[in-house]
Amino acid sequence: MAYMNKSIEEIHKALINKEVTVDELIKESLEKSKEVQNDCNAFVTILEDPKAVEVTDDLLSGIPYGVKDNYSTKDVLSTGSSNTLKDYVPFFTATSIENLEKHGAIMVNKTVMDEFGMGGTGTTGHTGIVTNPWDKTRMCAGSSAGSAAAVAAGVYPYATGSDTGDSIRKPAAYCGIVGYKPTYGMISRYGLFPFASSLDHCGALTRSVKDAAIVTDGMKGIDKYDMTSWDSKDINLYDSIDGNVKGKKLCYIKEICDINMYPDADDELKQHLQNFHEKLELAKQLGMEVEEVSVDQTLLNAVPSVYVVISCAEATSNMSNLTGFIFGPRAEGDKWDVEMKNYRTQGFSPLIKRRFVIGSYVLQAQNKDRYFHNAQRVRRLLVDKWNELFEKYDAVILPVGSGPAKPLEGSKNILDQSTAVLEDHLQIGNFGGFPSITIPDGFVNNLPVALNITGKCYDDVNVLNIAYALESKMDYKGQTAGGAK
Amino acid sequence: MKYKVLIGLEMHCEISETNTKVFSSAANTFTDQPNTNIRPVDMAFPGTLPVINKEAVRKSLMASIILNCTQPEYVYFERKNYYYPDLPKGFQITQETKPAPIGIYGKLKFECNGEEKEIRINNLHLEEDAASSDHEGRSSKINYNRAGVPLLELVTEPDLRSADEAVAFLETMRSIYQYAGISEADSKKGQIRCDVNVSIMEADKDENDPNNWGTKVEIKNVNSFGGVRDAINYEIERQTELKEQGRYDEVEQETRRWDEDSMSTIRMRSKVDAIDYKYFVEPNIPKIKLSKDWVEQIRKEIPKLAHERKETYINEYGISDYDATILVKEKQTADFYEETISLGADPKIASNWITTNLLGSLNKLELTMDDIKLTPNSLAEIIKLVDTKEISSKQAKDVFQECLTNDKTPKEVVKEKGMTQMSDAGEITKIANEVLDENPEIVEKYKSGRTNVVDFLVGQIMKKTRGTANPTMARSTMLEEIEKR
Repeated sequence: MAYMNKSIEEIHKALINKEVTVDELIKESLEKSKEVQNDCNAFVTILEDPKAVEVTDDLLSGIPYGVKDNYSTKDVLSTGSSNTLKDYVPFFTATSIENLEKHGAIMVNKTVMDEFGMGGTGTTGHTGIVTNPWDKTRMCAGSSAGSAAAVAAGVYPYATGSDTGDSIRKPAAYCGIVGYKPTYGMISRYGLFPFASSLDHCGALTRSVKDAAIVTDGMKGIDKYDMTSWDSKDINLYDSIDGNVKGKKLCYIKEICDINMYPDADDELKQHLQNFHEKLELAKQLGMEVEEVSVDQTLLNAVPSVYVVISCAEATSNMSNLTGFIFGPRAEGDKWDVEMKNYRTQGFSPLIKRRFVIGSYVLQAQNKDRYFHNAQRVRRLLVDKWNELFEKYDAVILPVGSGPAKPLEGSKNILDQSTAVLEDHLQIGNFGGFPSITIPDGFVNNLPVALNITGKCYDDVNVLNIAYALESKMDYKGQTAGGAK
Repeated sequence: MKYKVLIGLEMHCEISETNTKVFSSAANTFTDQPNTNIRPVDMAFPGTLPVINKEAVRKSLMASIILNCTQPEYVYFERKNYYYPDLPKGFQITQETKPAPIGIYGKLKFECNGEEKEIRINNLHLEEDAASSDHEGRSSKINYNRAGVPLLELVTEPDLRSADEAVAFLETMRSIYQYAGISEADSKKGQIRCDVNVSIMEADKDENDPNNWGTKVEIKNVNSFGGVRDAINYEIERQTELKEQGRYDEVEQETRRWDEDSMSTIRMRSKVDAIDYKYFVEPNIPKIKLSKDWVEQIRKEIPKLAHERKETYINEYGISDYDATILVKEKQTADFYEETISLGADPKIASNWITTNLLGSLNKLELTMDDIKLTPNSLAEIIKLVDTKEISSKQAKDVFQECLTNDKTPKEVVKEKGMTQMSDAGEITKIANEVLDENPEIVEKYKSGRTNVVDFLVGQIMKKTRGTANPTMARSTMLEEIEKR
């Protein structure tokens, strides 16, 4: 009898009723890890011997989970999927992981990601490409690729992720699971290897909205080591989910959702958008009002550029600590600057170097106003626009991406300008720090597709509630790749 | 003088009087033990985040108020990006003049050779110090104790006209930092470092018109006030000489450094090669709103500064301007003085002791206030012993010297050396009679009119008491007793 493909509530009940022991769960999760490692290459580290804990009333106690490899974990290799940290074993644990430990959660593996989160394909980690458990010729998207693959494959009910542009929500969509990043600062970033600090969020990948609430409750909390964290002790997401959404108002954006915006749309995109519009009908059946709104196309078209400029600028600076002097494999060289250059030249993949070049360029004195400051201004315009929508609507509902997971072969051409807005609108959630959740909403070509619900800051309960109600109206809750529900 | 000299200063001073570092919970204390005051954030381990130290902000604001600067509405921090082994993050968290540092556009009056001067302050900003390094041949040792120590950087306008004025201003600033409890401002501990800007211009031209200014040369990292004086004088001479020889075009806008060994400035780099630090707002520290109430409260909490204490000494204690100036020159001396008075010592007598004996001895023995064992308590006690005639003024000086470098109280010294004057009337009377009994022939001589023999008899009392009898009492007692015979 397998348990790792069940919900947290179900596994907890089985533990309480002594149908299964913690040791048996760990064993199952480790075995499944090895299987998924062979199939999808999802892990940087599979722990040898995770310690069992006592089962308590806590829903998370005794249940295995996975940690994205950009979370600092004491005594456990933490690489950020980069050669620059291929031997780095931290001596402190990220606050959010420490919080999960306090709830009795059991880490069983560290998951592969795009190097330092800087990628959306799951193909740039130093241990190789992560493949999609639904179809091994397809990508998982990224950067939380390993976490998404593992949760979708039933290794455990949840894994942590991080999200700077869409790094939790996009891979969740491609893998047919739930991906949630709460309001910026609800979960402490202390111990999360930074990519772009003003955009970075911690979050969870699960197979149901309720599980996302449980895990986030376990991770969150104000932290004296993160000045951007805030006190959420009066918020209990899990307890607040009641599925009552009658009278809630949703909007979707014409410029993103209307098939007529994409004259060259392929079948996958057509089906994906049609499926999305069908799901809007479900929302109406739940008693929600759904309205179409229009947002200036110019503003929307600026989203990817704003993201690239701000994220690359912050990343260049954030990763300047990687010199090989204090941690990481020290490089050869007869002078410190030569050593450092060698370390960085050998350690970083070309993709990251490209981003560093962009980041440095946009911050240079002669370019800063034209690029970096303008990007900050447009970021503000976009956030203001979304906040204006939130004055009238409880949430914005949008399709995720332009269809199901993309093939690994030929994936280099994913930057298709015509669907850029569809691919990149999730970044607005990072610009504003908005709570944002992706849930599976159907299949296209036998591969999962998803929709996203984003609300205003600190309104996580509302966002989760809407997602929960919609999830309950559909048939994809708790699904695993290739397996029965 | 054919030329006017324009000097501007950048004065870096560590804030030594906070418990912890500026963005880290590591202790902010000076220690000889390298690499002991460190938290993970000080070495930029991946995932660590800066957390602002409120007390460092408070002390910076206090300095900003004293310098008559404008305080910002919001406190922001910026990243200054550059690579160097003593900068673990690869950037320094600092403040830029835009949007607003902790203080901007202030002015300060100070005294130079008895004349009052005023200097305009361009800005004051709070930042973190880098680690310190020792270069030994081909290797370097880095000490991260200093990494993250709060640092105040003060930038003046080029209002100084001579090396004397520059040093007088720096001494005023050191006094302010010490009296306000912001810093020990000890250049021996490397707490003060200066960059000096020097240019010369035709003396008859208008110095308010920047078009008349000469080429500005920056001298970096001058670490003592003596060095500042020498570097300025050297640079004035160098620039004047080139100008006189018609070679002024050889004075380049450049950065030089002061070399103690050769007593000269040495070219480092041209301004054209200036580093682009790619400043941008530190995303991990949210902007902090400064409440007017807090700033006003800090204004009220500014301790009495040197000039205020000096006024008190002159007006309330009747101390001369000259002595009061000496007393307030170092805060430690003024504190010592005030504590001595608070223990009941007469202000004028205490002032004499300190300005003459204490500072004289320190000078002679090449000691500082930190080195001595003498406490205000001891000094107050010595003054009292003299006042009550228990010891003579001459003895007091011996006691003082003994207490200066030994862990002894004045009473202990007096006892040890048998110094106490015998002032017990009964005892002296008894001894006087012994002397009279032993010398009947002298008594006879006295009775026959030779009254000068009393001197011999008093001498005998002093002999019997080994010199401890109060001489005045010995004489009067002897006269009384001999008359009774």
